[in-house]
Amino acid sequence: MQAESRIAIESDADVVTARQRARQLAGELELSSTDQTLLATAISEVARNITHYATRGEVRLRVIRDSGGREGIEVVASDDGPGIADIERALQDGYTTGGGLGLGLPGARRLVDEFDIQSEPSRGTTVTLVMWGRNAGRSVRA
Amino acid sequence: MAVPILKQGPVLIASIQTALTDTDVLQLREDVMSQVTRHRSRGIIVDVTALDVMDSFVSRSLRGIAHMTRLRGAETVIVGIQPEVAFAMVQLGMQFEDVQTALDLEEGLALLRDQLKEPLAGAG
Repeated sequence: MQAESRIAIESDADVVTARQRARQLAGELELSSTDQTLLATAISEVARNITHYATRGEVRLRVIRDSGGREGIEVVASDDGPGIADIERALQDGYTTGGGLGLGLPGARRLVDEFDIQSEPSRGTTVTLVMWGRNAGRSVRA
Repeated sequence: MAVPILKQGPVLIASIQTALTDTDVLQLREDVMSQVTRHRSRGIIVDVTALDVMDSFVSRSLRGIAHMTRLRGAETVIVGIQPEVAFAMVQLGMQFEDVQTALDLEEGLALLRDQLKEPLAGAG
């Protein structure tokens, strides 16, 4: 398994590619089918934000391990677009500046185990998502 | 990739075959509306069995199709939402209450048959 995979996000087709690659990786880690779907949906939301607000950016996927040997997938979606002036509000359901439903960020946050967002106006936005496997990695138990 | 739309008597069946980009979804909305008008359809079934992700954009667009066709006097039923996808939609916070859904194509046709109160020619 390669250490990190990077998907350039420039079009709506790239959004589909990013979530499919993540699902594939999640399958390799034997995440449950539900968790695979939740992660893929969350990626779809944050990757769409890139094409919508920043035009281009990237999604990086990598496998991470916690101290207990549990494996998970970390997704970093970043852009150097306009950034978010008020992150608190952007995380509230129904708040949007883009004509959508305002469910993208708050929804994505509810779909994954860990969620972090860093943003600075006119500097860009980085959203980090983590979905953990439900069990310790096989390598540890073996 | 275009979604094929079949005409079965007064009903249109849009059968999504593969993952959709946002552009595909908007195209689907346009195609459904133009075919509803052309065929004077009374019912529309959108089969999403093949979709492994229904994010806020797709959900909102399907809901839009349901609302728009209703304004044209036609009822839309979304069929085949996968269990994991349903779970993700609820977590996401999608409101889908005002959209008719059914388990699969067969159930969807049965639902429309009841509502249209007429036999659906060629649709079982």
